[in-house]
Amino acid sequence: MDFATVLQVLDSTVRLATPLLFACLAGLFSERAGVIDIGLEGKMLISAFFSAAVAAATGSVWLGLLAGIVSSVMLSLVHGLASITFRGNQLISGVAINFLAAGLTVLIAQDWFGQGGRTPSLIGQGRWGNITLPFANALSDVPVLGPLYAQLISGHSLLVYLGLLTVPLTWWILFRTRFGLRLRAVGEAPEAVDTAGISVTGLRFAAVAICGLLCGLAGSYLATGLQAGFVRDMTAGRGYIALAALIFAKWRPWYALMACLLFGLLQAVALRYQNIDLGGLTIPVQLMDALPYILTVVILAGFVGKAIPPRAGGEPYVKER
Amino acid sequence: MTDPAIELKGISKAFGPVQANKDISIRVMPGTIHGIIGENGAGKSTLMSILYGFYAADAGEIWVKGQRTQIPDSQAAIRAGIGMVFQHFKLVQNFTVLENVILGAEDGGLLKPSLAKARGALKSLAEEYELSVDPDTQVQHLSVGHQQRVEILKALYREADILILDEPTGVLTPAEADHLFRILDNLRAEGKTIILITHKLREIMEITDTVSVMRRGEMTATVKTAETSPEELAELMVGRKVLLRVDKAPAQPKAPVLQIEDLRHVDGQGVERLRGISLEVRAGEILGLAGVAGNGQSELLNVLGGYADATGTVRVNGKDIPLSGAGCDGMARRGAGIAHVPEDRQREGLIMPYTAWENTVFGYHRDPAIQSGVLMNNAAIREEAGAKMQRFDVRPPNPDLAARNFSGGNQQKIVLAREIERNPDVLLIGQPTRGVDIGAIEFIHQQIVRLRDEGKAILLVSVELDEIFALSDRIAVMFDGRVMGTRDAADTDQRELGLLMAGITEDPGGDAFEAVDAALERKDRREAVHG
Repeated sequence: MDFATVLQVLDSTVRLATPLLFACLAGLFSERAGVIDIGLEGKMLISAFFSAAVAAATGSVWLGLLAGIVSSVMLSLVHGLASITFRGNQLISGVAINFLAAGLTVLIAQDWFGQGGRTPSLIGQGRWGNITLPFANALSDVPVLGPLYAQLISGHSLLVYLGLLTVPLTWWILFRTRFGLRLRAVGEAPEAVDTAGISVTGLRFAAVAICGLLCGLAGSYLATGLQAGFVRDMTAGRGYIALAALIFAKWRPWYALMACLLFGLLQAVALRYQNIDLGGLTIPVQLMDALPYILTVVILAGFVGKAIPPRAGGEPYVKER
Repeated sequence: MTDPAIELKGISKAFGPVQANKDISIRVMPGTIHGIIGENGAGKSTLMSILYGFYAADAGEIWVKGQRTQIPDSQAAIRAGIGMVFQHFKLVQNFTVLENVILGAEDGGLLKPSLAKARGALKSLAEEYELSVDPDTQVQHLSVGHQQRVEILKALYREADILILDEPTGVLTPAEADHLFRILDNLRAEGKTIILITHKLREIMEITDTVSVMRRGEMTATVKTAETSPEELAELMVGRKVLLRVDKAPAQPKAPVLQIEDLRHVDGQGVERLRGISLEVRAGEILGLAGVAGNGQSELLNVLGGYADATGTVRVNGKDIPLSGAGCDGMARRGAGIAHVPEDRQREGLIMPYTAWENTVFGYHRDPAIQSGVLMNNAAIREEAGAKMQRFDVRPPNPDLAARNFSGGNQQKIVLAREIERNPDVLLIGQPTRGVDIGAIEFIHQQIVRLRDEGKAILLVSVELDEIFALSDRIAVMFDGRVMGTRDAADTDQRELGLLMAGITEDPGGDAFEAVDAALERKDRREAVHG
């Protein structure tokens, strides 16, 4: 494996990690506020579809992004309505959202475009272009650092950089602002928040809306950045991998970045080498695909330290008598 | 004349068919401590929740400092200067003390200035009211007493001048409770108004200026504490004369029946909860096991009752009892002559949806006397249950009623009837009167003493020191999984036991609070390391 190949794999790691990262941070906001969200997948999917559809129709990737975010936030609010307002089971609501999104996207796609549940391929302004950072070309001849800068750090779409910026932003919001303090409190002890005179419902809805926004970014990047258009079930379990990454990251933003990069790397390797040959021993690609889940099980079994979820996670808040 | 700090006029509140508060009016003057006393379910907590904006009253008015005030939510209560310390603390366990204090009372969107301000405020509050607590410790690593201080600090930081405390001493050692009362004294001296909700007559007599008595949702009386007596308050609470002291003759102990040697138990988390317990209970005596909840008493009862494994030796009438594996279960224990009235009757003592008569045979349901072939002789059991319920004054004496439809005291009588009537050699009894009304307490205490006089060995576990004193012939104190000492009930006092409850065997003299505080902190640190 030469240096160029390593760079290519790392480059694709960053791209593949981006939707995971957005989704993982989305889950982080929601679960830190005590609302478990396994509907990340469905929200990404619906956003992917509407982003691609609107981008295809208008030729504007920005309008596509907007449509994706709006659709994803709408689904978030459905989840909020079911699990916060009506105190329903959060897992069931999340599963329902995943099914709803899977069916709805294909149905509408077929109705609008008649291409078997996909959108037309996006071209030109309908996709995110890659940004070349200053001096990337000029420096590309410098040994090692030059290609590293030109290929790995430069040359991604805007959303990739936005994703990376979201990590410190999330950390700052959670641990340095009043909103963050209250958000974490409502996921740990909603009764403490309630008796302090703050609305538990309001806080949780805010968290769920942020979750929708970030899922919207994830799905939009998937359809208009990573790929050029929507195809059915294109999220391919990324929502669940993001959840796995969230547990792996112990619900912390910087760890989330690490976990998503790790899982992105696994995906990049699996994508590039179908079967990995280790001197006679062949690792099938399915194993690479399964690795994120296997790692999560290992974590949950407690081999790599204890992952303590927010204490009030999954429980609707009911005032006690 | 000054306006009352709080005045409630004609407050009513119903939950469905249950009238929790009926036309309640009280006036609390500023700078006083006002007690509200009543039995469980009398409506004390509901009333205070209305005052704190947790529930809306169906009817009535709230006046704060002479102003008619609407309190639709907690925010409004806080604005009106009302702070509440709940019985179950409302703290975020993995936040620091500072973070808990500022939550909901932050200045501006960023935390830094708020935290700095709270740090300063906490320091001055600590000096002013003896309320010191390390601002940077996570709440989960604090002792219960310190967590309670955080709750008080939260209220004071919000500039509350009316403080409501709901059953604040239930979880404290006597020394900690004394310290709490000193804090309340300091607060009163500063002109704060305090409402103290409790069911303990002693506390009312000790600290309050005026006291209101509640019974079945109604306010039955408001009196000056100096002009009343515990007997009168008890009568007002229950509606008839009650005997507060248990009448009992000196014990006539005989040979040891229950012998425990070097008993050890490790819980699921790997923490050693019993660390070498040795005790002896003789026939015809009550051994009271005192201690703050969570120091191994529950584990000891579970091990003796056959629900938890242990190592060491337990003998009943000289015969070894298996402490793990086959033959170590509740039914085998009952066969060996150990009857058990568990601490949590609703979860361990009864099956709540089952009828009273079914509940009277659990644990003894293999008894051949109540079987006919493979079938149980239900008619006989039912009849027997009815007779038992008569004898134990269970109200209503209807064996077909589900256990959950009885009041706490009557549920406890059903459990007692089941365990006592089988004529055991040893009776284990945990928190016999927790959540039980005063009238039933009297009856239950009489039954325990009667059993003692019949020559049974009784091991009584209670977190209520008053109850331990009232019933026990000898008193052992548990702390941190060990027995700190055993005393004759006649030769000890609150102070000595209180110190033992904090693991202190040598009286440091003077005000012992500092020593108790330090001892509890050490224990918490040990637990934090394990957990």
